[in-house]
Amino acid sequence: MTIQEILQKLPFAPPFLFVDGLDHIDSEKVQGHFTFRQDMDCYKGHFKGYPITPGVLLTEVMAQTGLVCLGIYLLGDEVLEGNMTFGLTSTEIEFLRPVFPGEKVTVYAEKVYFRFGKLKCRVTLKNEAAEDVCSGTIAGMIITKPHE
Amino acid sequence: MDKETLIAQLKEIVKPYAKNEEGLLNINENTDFVNDLKINSANLVDVILDVEEQFNIVIDNESMERMLDVRSAMEIIEAKLAAK
Repeated sequence: MTIQEILQKLPFAPPFLFVDGLDHIDSEKVQGHFTFRQDMDCYKGHFKGYPITPGVLLTEVMAQTGLVCLGIYLLGDEVLEGNMTFGLTSTEIEFLRPVFPGEKVTVYAEKVYFRFGKLKCRVTLKNEAAEDVCSGTIAGMIITKPHE
Repeated sequence: MDKETLIAQLKEIVKPYAKNEEGLLNINENTDFVNDLKINSANLVDVILDVEEQFNIVIDNESMERMLDVRSAMEIIEAKLAAK
């Protein structure tokens, strides 16, 4: 599966698409990037007069690349039934450095396991200076859409 | 392996994922992982992977779907160990 095909299969759209592109993907790992635009809504309130990217969005960047992009790649030609989707099941993340408006971050995710529809990855987010921004473990699985 | 030993080993495996401490204290053959121990479905996968590691066996999809309580877990583990 090509990177372009994976991006087209992503179930996200703006304003909640947090993958700009993938730099590398294979069955063990994925690397992708995203730039936080200065005009994003979150900066109007996080924090008042002092814009910093919320940790939940950093987590989302790691989940969209590390779990969803890699998950789509690992599923390959297997087509998810219409009532199935991806669900985030756990995160254990340490936040080490702030990410300011306009910064580009790169996700490095490494598969711990993909079994019984659950994908668990070790993930690290780095800034343009190649410093660790946050890192930890995240997991997600294929679930039935709860409200359908 | 006798039943008590196997249940004791299963208890150690499920401990990190069980949200109901009372259910864990009273664990027995009839204990249901989801209803009695309040293990969520994502963590059931981790329980199964820990079982595989502990007993050095491979659990297939069909067995995984059946492994929802202590009794069926014991049956599956014993069958897999016997088949080795």
